[in-house]
Amino acid sequence: MTIANAPGNWMRGALLAGAALLAAQPALADEVNIYTTREPGLIQPLLDAFTKSTGIEVKTVALKEGLAERVASEGANSPADVLMTVDIGNLVDLVDAGVTQPVKSDALEAAIPANLRDADGNWFALSLRARVLYADKDLTDLTSFTYEELADPKWQDKVCIRSGKHPYNIALIATMIAKDGAEKTEVWLKGVKDNLARPAAGGDRDVARDIMGDICSVGLANSYYVGLMRSGRGGPEQEDWGRAIKVILPTFADGSGTQVNVSGAAVAKNAPNRDSAVKLLEYLVSDEAQGIYASANYEYPVKPGAPVDPIIEALGPLKVEAIQLTEIAANRKQAAELVDKVGFDE
Amino acid sequence: MGSILGLARARSGSTGGTIWLAASGLVALLVLAPILTLVATATRSSGDLWPHLISYVLPHALSQTGLMLAGVSVIVVSVGTGSAWLVTAYDFPLRRLFEWALLLPLAIPTYIIAFAYLDLMHPIGPVQGLLRALFDLRPRDLRFLEMRSLIGCIFVLGVVLYPYVYLFARAMFLMQAASMVDAARMLGSSQMGVFFRIALPMARPAIAIGTSLALMEALNDIGASEFLGVQTLTVSIYATWINRTSMPGAAQIAIAMLVVVVALIMVERLARRRQRYAAEASRARRLEPIRLRGGWALLAPLLCFIPVMLGFLAPAGYLANEALERLSFAGFSPVLVRETLNTMLLSAIATTVVVACGLVVAFAARQSSLGLLLLRLASLGYAVPGTVLAIGLLWPMAAVDDALNRLGLVSGMFLSGSVAALVYAYGARFLAISAGGIEAGLARIPPSFDQAARMLGRTSTGTLRAIHLPLVRPALVTAALLVFVDCMKELPATLLLRPLAFETLATHLYGEAARGTYEDGAIAAILIVLFGLIPVILLARLSRQEA
Repeated sequence: MTIANAPGNWMRGALLAGAALLAAQPALADEVNIYTTREPGLIQPLLDAFTKSTGIEVKTVALKEGLAERVASEGANSPADVLMTVDIGNLVDLVDAGVTQPVKSDALEAAIPANLRDADGNWFALSLRARVLYADKDLTDLTSFTYEELADPKWQDKVCIRSGKHPYNIALIATMIAKDGAEKTEVWLKGVKDNLARPAAGGDRDVARDIMGDICSVGLANSYYVGLMRSGRGGPEQEDWGRAIKVILPTFADGSGTQVNVSGAAVAKNAPNRDSAVKLLEYLVSDEAQGIYASANYEYPVKPGAPVDPIIEALGPLKVEAIQLTEIAANRKQAAELVDKVGFDE
Repeated sequence: MGSILGLARARSGSTGGTIWLAASGLVALLVLAPILTLVATATRSSGDLWPHLISYVLPHALSQTGLMLAGVSVIVVSVGTGSAWLVTAYDFPLRRLFEWALLLPLAIPTYIIAFAYLDLMHPIGPVQGLLRALFDLRPRDLRFLEMRSLIGCIFVLGVVLYPYVYLFARAMFLMQAASMVDAARMLGSSQMGVFFRIALPMARPAIAIGTSLALMEALNDIGASEFLGVQTLTVSIYATWINRTSMPGAAQIAIAMLVVVVALIMVERLARRRQRYAAEASRARRLEPIRLRGGWALLAPLLCFIPVMLGFLAPAGYLANEALERLSFAGFSPVLVRETLNTMLLSAIATTVVVACGLVVAFAARQSSLGLLLLRLASLGYAVPGTVLAIGLLWPMAAVDDALNRLGLVSGMFLSGSVAALVYAYGARFLAISAGGIEAGLARIPPSFDQAARMLGRTSTGTLRAIHLPLVRPALVTAALLVFVDCMKELPATLLLRPLAFETLATHLYGEAARGTYEDGAIAAILIVLFGLIPVILLARLSRQEA
């Protein structure tokens, strides 16, 4: 191809190739489309099982940020049926953005306790994860812990945690505000900041790795990573990280319970396959799916009485902090402001 | 960004010129659409956000961003220019190898190098393990090796971004230094004197364009800086958007940042306005490299080896090792083949579009000052963080879809949530690279060539075919390869805009990484690096042929 007449050919080629890419996705009669911010690897086992039991094909697109914006911009043309995300804040954001629709389903209402779903059926929690303490396994005297203790000067230079702006930490700070008020929470957050051994960054598993590397002694992280690491599913290295720590389910100082956050789903406002979408949600709270949440993802099932994985069970009984999720969501903005104010991530 | 050589624009008001101008205007409009959407968003109220931002967020974010950019520019300018001068002005063992090896870090995305170095330098990683074994130290003695710091972030960004400067500076040294350098040498100037008094000032436009590309990558980076816990402006934009659900606030910061970037670029241009950088149209006689002897012949390869090792060999070696471990542990996932194909095909389509548009814009810029303005406008997308730009694209694309539906041309979504959306996003983001590179290439062609062709009866389009395209070919291919590598590595816009059930290597890597450890994505990461190497090696071959 000579360069002189190349641009025309290139354009035609590009259009043809583009059309081929687009056409490579045939429409199916029985399908459900998921927009999710959940890690694709974590929900895939559930979706495979759903397709196997119902014959409904599932297509997903996993986003990081901008789920609500994308669905909102697509408007009536949106192919999204189910929106899946983690953390109550993100679920409430979807409702506020007007991209969900109310769903009335006896199966969902029977399976999910009332405080873990929207009163109007705009969102439903599907699994729970606890915000737990990872501690150096050699700290044999340490058998119980309160979130408030994280600010205790005796842990100076010994605490590891991910960014204070991460939804999991924002939810914890928001709960603290609900319990103790903003002023006391600010003092506490400043105390935790002063105890940090390294900048508040990275992921939850880094807490275990940094404890093993003797960068820090304690830190907060989510419960299911313990299962992923200790089961060896993440490879031998991570198994070592999981063994270097012990796990304590902390409570707040008033003894009320352990902070949990949720993963959940909503049916999209303009869902083209609404029936399949509701079927998927109902499947996700079935005994089979709740079992997969527990065994494949090491999460706590949302359905009362559903079994948890042995690795998670070994962490001890979970007493869930009783505060309303909607109250946590309402305090988010204030929590994020406190994180900035004390310079938690700086 | 803009031109290397701001000379040689033959002004022409013919009808042929008008068509080019109209086409260029359309391209600029398409690139500006997401930015205009952001401006519109920014005019909405962000409530009580700014007092809070000014008190608690911006002072720190500004100082961190300023320090980060200063640090990165020190690394990219010194390493990029120094290594380019070494391999052009001197001859030493392995020089020809380093000529292209110095480009290798281009293949490594910032989000990959950050986690590779975090692992390499971690207390339970190999570097500290070795140091501890050798010197009997404890992990707390080695705190200075902590990558989660501003210094760590500057380091990782610097070692992967210096090739932008190297590429442009070397092309410039090859192109025009010969006669002047020979004169200086004959007049008895020292080696250092030749570099600092002749080569460096003459290469300044090239160094400026390379540095501005590198710094814009650094400024908009979210992968490395967020991962390493550095609170830059871009990280603050994300936090404002996500935690405060304040898109207006995020858009306001992004627009303010864009204004500052444009101002800085204009200041740099003004500062060298009085200087003219004439290029020789005929192939300039090549600079005769001086053969180094003795200790210098050993030192020069060593100096070239350091950036290649830090920016490529160490992280790529680490990834290869992790990938092998994963292969034996989890096996090779067949979906990776399809994802590799998706990545290559998508990048190829996007590159074609970006280069074609770049050609239109650069050619229009050669013909009139309005065209030049359009080129500058069409290059703005590069100065906006990827996700923010992508968010700005959502609404214009939805509007186009809506219009198409109304006209009955399509039903449902055509542009949104399709591969075309990704091509559009890459185009809006990377047009700066292709338009700027092609404009620089066109600037090397003296206006007398245009005038001769026009006098002989060619139309402006005919002049383009007969004169410009053949002469600008190297710049065109260089731009294409740079854009291709950037498309392959692009993550934030791809994540947000891709269709259902469509994955690229970068999104696969993200999916694995989101679960908590990046090692799981090692196979996808090494594939990005391996396939990213293809254009980089082509680029190296091309720049050698040109020499």
